[in-house]
Amino acid sequence: MNKRAFFIKMLASSLARRKSRMFSALCAIAIGGTVLLGMMSISYDIPRQMGREFRSYGANMVLVASGDKALLDIEDADRAVALIPPDALVGATPYRYEMVRVNMQGYTVAGTVFEGAKKTRPYWNVTGEWPQKDDDILIGSDIAEFTGLAPGDAIAITGRGTGGARFSRDMTVSGTVRSGGVEDEFIFMSLPVMEGMFGGTGGAEAVEVSIAGTEAELDAIASLIRQNVPEVSASLVRRVTQSEAAVLSKLQALVILVSLIVLVLTMICVATTMMTVVMERRREIGLKKAIGAENRSIAAEFLGEGVLLGGAGGILGAAFGFVFAHAVCVSVFGRGIIIDWRLLPLTVLVSIAVTVSACLWPVRRAVEVEPALVLRGE
Amino acid sequence: MNILELKDISMIYGQVRALSNVCLSVGQGEWLAIMGPSGSGKTTMMNIIGCMDKPSSGSVLLDGEELSKLTPSELTAIRRDKIGLIFQQFHLITYLTALENVMVAQYYHSMTDEKEALLALERVGLADRAKHLPSQLSGGEQQRVCIARALINYPRLILADEPTGNLDETNERIVLNILRGLHDAGTTIIVVTHDPEVAFEADRTVYLEHGRVADVVKKIEGTAAACASEAQDLVYAAKA
Ligand SMILES: Nc1ncnc2c1ncn2[C@@H]1O[C@H](COP(=O)(O)OP(=O)(O)OP(=O)(O)O)[C@@H](O)[C@H]1O
Ligand SMILES: [Mg+2]
Repeated sequence: MNKRAFFIKMLASSLARRKSRMFSALCAIAIGGTVLLGMMSISYDIPRQMGREFRSYGANMVLVASGDKALLDIEDADRAVALIPPDALVGATPYRYEMVRVNMQGYTVAGTVFEGAKKTRPYWNVTGEWPQKDDDILIGSDIAEFTGLAPGDAIAITGRGTGGARFSRDMTVSGTVRSGGVEDEFIFMSLPVMEGMFGGTGGAEAVEVSIAGTEAELDAIASLIRQNVPEVSASLVRRVTQSEAAVLSKLQALVILVSLIVLVLTMICVATTMMTVVMERRREIGLKKAIGAENRSIAAEFLGEGVLLGGAGGILGAAFGFVFAHAVCVSVFGRGIIIDWRLLPLTVLVSIAVTVSACLWPVRRAVEVEPALVLRGE
Repeated sequence: MNILELKDISMIYGQVRALSNVCLSVGQGEWLAIMGPSGSGKTTMMNIIGCMDKPSSGSVLLDGEELSKLTPSELTAIRRDKIGLIFQQFHLITYLTALENVMVAQYYHSMTDEKEALLALERVGLADRAKHLPSQLSGGEQQRVCIARALINYPRLILADEPTGNLDETNERIVLNILRGLHDAGTTIIVVTHDPEVAFEADRTVYLEHGRVADVVKKIEGTAAACASEAQDLVYAAKA
């Protein structure tokens, strides 16, 4: 057995000797590690988790034609949308706006793709049915109130096509939409149907895009689009992205605060335990000094025990922390967590650092023990 | 040359004068016994000789070095290199085996050497108990482990504070035999004892009384035992 092996043997025997005390210190460190890893993982994964969650607020990017072109070419828009990472893209929906008359009253009608609108405007509250057939339309709740139209009613829509020719078409109200916004005053129809009525194909005023991601990620996507598809101008819906960012930073601040508090509590618990251990081992420390141990040997032994304890607690904590974070994510977001594996060694290192610093004061007391007490039989 | 010179040593704890103006020289290879009633300052003196305490006044020369001039870490080095300690309460490390308890002294001294530690246990007759914990050993066996630990680094000076105080006669004899062997090999031994039989073995016995040297008795072959007990009777009579 060489010197290092003997050192390890001495530490291990000493820890094993004080099983119950060391167990309580180990529990404290493991709990600290669990909370730390759990909180860090959740905080790391929260933008992704909440990013999807936040998408219920609707689109956070709008594509329009660049320059002073009025209509955006849908093909250009598709090229722009193709630049968005597929796993981040929630939906992209075109909107084209025209004026129509119903019973001599003027309304704005929006042509869109209903399947897409369900994704980019999930907050829409539709009474009745979403349009199924070409002749089906949705009307805003304000219009429904004003005209007394209800799902199932037929209406005649008249207007003037791009060529200047008048047209009239009978359509069916399949449902009403309420959002609390401007949509309540709009009529919605399918974009191809609108193109058939008004003429002009492959264009839209705007394409609304919903992307899961932070504001910075969205900015990066916007500039990517600007560089690669100059015909398209992408802009962020700042109102949405900034309130998301504010919610995220508050959540993360909370997570950091809780982690810090738990680490401080861990430290206090370990320091108290180690202090008791030093007091119990005064005689042993005195003896070691009497037979020639230097202060730094005594310190190395206690700090070594701290490192072993911190390492073991950290590994336990990392394991439990993963389970904890996973359980929290499943119950809160209904989806498993993605762990950044670098957090595991980080948790172990932080646990060791916390334990070792908790040992510093007890170690100071240990090296102050006088060797003379051994002969006095104290 | 003397290995140890105490010059005018005093030790004062608050109101208590544990030692007053003690002078003592111990020769190289000498076996010295220190006797005296409880509280007379024997342990205090051992702590000073053993570099574990500094006297309030006076000077200590150990192997030619003036101790009062040394830093705590230099004193630690002297304890480690020159002194072997044997205690009445054995003071073994409870979580280490007999062998490891011996190796601890090697560990702090320089290198651990399992073979040599085993040999040291063999010398005190405990080779077959190497893997036992102190709690699995009898008092006498524990004391022999303590002695093996004290001897492992070949100290020039053995300090023993009542080494047989907790032992029965058989074990006392074993311990005395080991000490005698060391003495024959030239090691200087200072032993504190209440037991005249232990003191008989010594070349010289110093009697402490209220922190002073009350008497010194030299061993004269054949009459040492009688001499020592007679001297002690005198001391106790004087006190009464
Ligand atoms: N650290 C201390 N603080 C105060 N007084 C002390 C201290 N150590 C020893 N004393 C006092 O010094 C005196 C001598 O003590 P010491 O331990 O040297 O006696 P001793 O001869 O070893 O006695 P015993 O035979 O009982 O072991 C005693 O009166 C004791 O109370
Ligand atoms: Mg004593």
